[in-house]
Amino acid sequence: MSVTLLFAIVLALAFVGYLLGRSSAANLKTAGNNLHSIPPYHGYFVALWCGLPALLLVLVWMAAQSTVVDQLLLASLPSHLTEGATPARISLMLGEIKNVAAGRIFGTPDQATIDAAARYQSMQNTASLAMVVCTLAAAVAGIAFARSRLSPDFRARNRVDGILRWLLIICSILAILTTLGIILSLVIESLSFFARVPVVEFLFGLNWSPQTPIRADQVASTGAFGAVPVFWGTIFISVIAMLVALPVGLFSAIYLVEYADKRIRAIVKPLLEILAGIPTIVYGFFAVLTVAPFIRDFGTSLGLSVASNSALAAGGVMGIMIIPFISSFSDDAITAVPQSMRDGAYALGATKAETIRQVLLPAALPGIVGGVLLAVSRAIGETMIVVMAAGLTATLTVNPLEGVTTVTVQIVMLLTGDTEFDSPKTLAAFGLGLVLFISTLALNILALQVVKRYRERYE
Amino acid sequence: MSDTATQGTGRRAWYEPDAKLKRRHAADRRLRAYGVAAIVFALAMLMTLVGTIAITAVPAVTQTVVTLNVEVPEGAVDASDPRGGSYQKILNESVARIFPEVDTPREIRELRQLFSNGGQYALRDKVVADTSLIGRTFEITFPLSDIGDQLHKGVIDRDLPREQRRVSDEQIGWYDRLVEQGRISAPLNWGLIFNADSRFPELAGLWGALVGSFYALLICFLVSFPVGIAAAVYLEEFAPKNRFTDLIEVNINNLAAVPSIVFGLLGLAVFLNFFGMPRSAPIVGGLVLSLMTLPTIIIATRAALKAVPPSIREAAIGVGASRMQTVGHHVLPLAMPGILTGTIIGLAQALGETAPLLLIGMNAFITAAPDSMFNPSTALPTQIYIWADSPERGFTSRTSAAIIVLLAFLVCMNAIAIYMRKRFERRW
Repeated sequence: MSVTLLFAIVLALAFVGYLLGRSSAANLKTAGNNLHSIPPYHGYFVALWCGLPALLLVLVWMAAQSTVVDQLLLASLPSHLTEGATPARISLMLGEIKNVAAGRIFGTPDQATIDAAARYQSMQNTASLAMVVCTLAAAVAGIAFARSRLSPDFRARNRVDGILRWLLIICSILAILTTLGIILSLVIESLSFFARVPVVEFLFGLNWSPQTPIRADQVASTGAFGAVPVFWGTIFISVIAMLVALPVGLFSAIYLVEYADKRIRAIVKPLLEILAGIPTIVYGFFAVLTVAPFIRDFGTSLGLSVASNSALAAGGVMGIMIIPFISSFSDDAITAVPQSMRDGAYALGATKAETIRQVLLPAALPGIVGGVLLAVSRAIGETMIVVMAAGLTATLTVNPLEGVTTVTVQIVMLLTGDTEFDSPKTLAAFGLGLVLFISTLALNILALQVVKRYRERYE
Repeated sequence: MSDTATQGTGRRAWYEPDAKLKRRHAADRRLRAYGVAAIVFALAMLMTLVGTIAITAVPAVTQTVVTLNVEVPEGAVDASDPRGGSYQKILNESVARIFPEVDTPREIRELRQLFSNGGQYALRDKVVADTSLIGRTFEITFPLSDIGDQLHKGVIDRDLPREQRRVSDEQIGWYDRLVEQGRISAPLNWGLIFNADSRFPELAGLWGALVGSFYALLICFLVSFPVGIAAAVYLEEFAPKNRFTDLIEVNINNLAAVPSIVFGLLGLAVFLNFFGMPRSAPIVGGLVLSLMTLPTIIIATRAALKAVPPSIREAAIGVGASRMQTVGHHVLPLAMPGILTGTIIGLAQALGETAPLLLIGMNAFITAAPDSMFNPSTALPTQIYIWADSPERGFTSRTSAAIIVLLAFLVCMNAIAIYMRKRFERRW
């Protein structure tokens, strides 16, 4: 039975519970009792008791089933297979057993594997059946328990309100759980990475070539995890992006707030916002299709040698993407400067440009800086543009016409394709992810602090 | 206004602009010009982006097809098991009847390169659907291969020397003969929408990606919409001001700014490796996207709840409603248009998100649309990524066309959101 169907059945049972609860409350009322809560609340109470435990059980069961079945399967394997096997070997064995169980047989598996596959199949079936039975039992038991509580004095409304309130709290805790999940998964994987590659080598090493050798005697690539070239590439491309986005965003915000009349502003501002709504994969394709060839042809006509995946192309397109961030943050910051300050400057005979440069910009500076910091964090974490348009090899260079690689590109390169999960190569991606998460988090917190201080000044 | 300055009277009027004032006004005009230039640059880039992609997409609007007379001999296909016939051979024979002079192995190979590999399946499906066709001669229409398609659309420059061209002179000659015989036509390319992915550009379509994206967005909506509303209602209507709720708020604001690829790492480590969920499946993609969309929905919902005036709540509480009833019966319904607007915008962002889906393997090569949300699948943006990486020329225009499809969905979703905001916005 599929999980979707099980969910539907539980929901249907909950509805039945609602009807039962409501009708028994209605019966109490017609018998002449004075009810504390109106009958529908008795119904809701029964429905919640029926649905919530059952659905929770399904979720926990689904989360735990594969792990438990794997453990049982391992325990049932003949001891000569499992004793002294590495985790990688064991996961390989499990994978083979599951393939055989699913009918995807490659080569000739040995008898132990075939037996285990049959056991695996029967355990899966038993587990699924047990899940259905337990869930339905929980739902019915919930109805029975909740109905036994109903009485004229029962404070059904208060109870339902209380349960709903707990549900709301659990939902808002999910945000904390997500953050916790991110931190835990990054830190745990990174720790096992740093157990193999020293932190100092990772943070300060100058050589990045994560291709670990396939054969033990292979000489060419031994797997080097010095991430400085990768960090440099990220910073370099972000700097190029900001060099494009900062002047364009700032000048357009100044024009829209101080010079343009309302009609132009009403047209141009949404148009600029469109740039922020275009998916980054589209920018990436644009960079590969149009911008990179243009830069290469232009550079070649000047006699320069330009890499097809130059940092300039990736950074420039990323800059275009970031324009609306800068312009809308600057726009808000300049608009928020009190009119009296403009009036004061004009009264002293300042031109508009002088007012902007000497009064408005200094006053709006914290807001603009906050926006720029958020934009930098956006640029560092941006993935698809650089995956498609930036280079794959890590080089330490300051030439924008050469290709550099970034943290996000390396994460994608290390984790796409079939790689075993436990190799330093895949773990390195989590190390990079941890650095990325910490640096963007720091930038965001810094930006919020700057903006907050600025708000305190004018409100 | 500088007329009087040139009259040479030697005396300057009191309002006469001196050189310094002129400089100051020039600086003002310069700043203004910088602003105009910046806006023109940004808008020009927007136009270039949309323009080049639209122009590149044009060839993918039609698909060149060829119509052949095919004879299926009695013995070649078994009527009781029509799937087992060797249809490629039958097709090759009917091609050979049109070009009887082609006989060297190299030429035969080059001739066959003009026709799509999908022809045999089109023929098979036709015969399977109607077994009375066996033993008869009938017409069948199927796509040309990538190079035939490019020839028809004029993408391949015939004047280039042979070495720089992807087709041989003979292939061009054969193609021209097919055109003369009226066998070539270019109908609208419905396959782009309704086919699943393929290695061959002329057969590749978006259907699998559309279904995958639909499932992922469905999961994303089912999870993030109720959970987001619940969290926002708690924080806005019930939560006491204390350290715990402060912590939740800081978390939500930070999650909104975490790079999307980090959510991909989370999905990989937690959903795939810890919970053992299926790789490449839309359900995992949907869950990761819902975690990303959650902050957007929570922030939008809180803004919508804030906009409902306190008098509504006071009136409800005044007639004896509990706080939960007040929220459920009055505040939430009034805030719903704002919540839905924010949700649609959040889902539109989720639809275009690529990086986290790459990490959970939704960039796999899958030639059939998924049956359920637990089957491996691609999504619209990851399909674009796969096609953009494919070397065949035909994929360039198809990638652009897929981007246009994606942008069309985004425009629709945002248009609905803007319409709802305009239609239901209420000033109290």
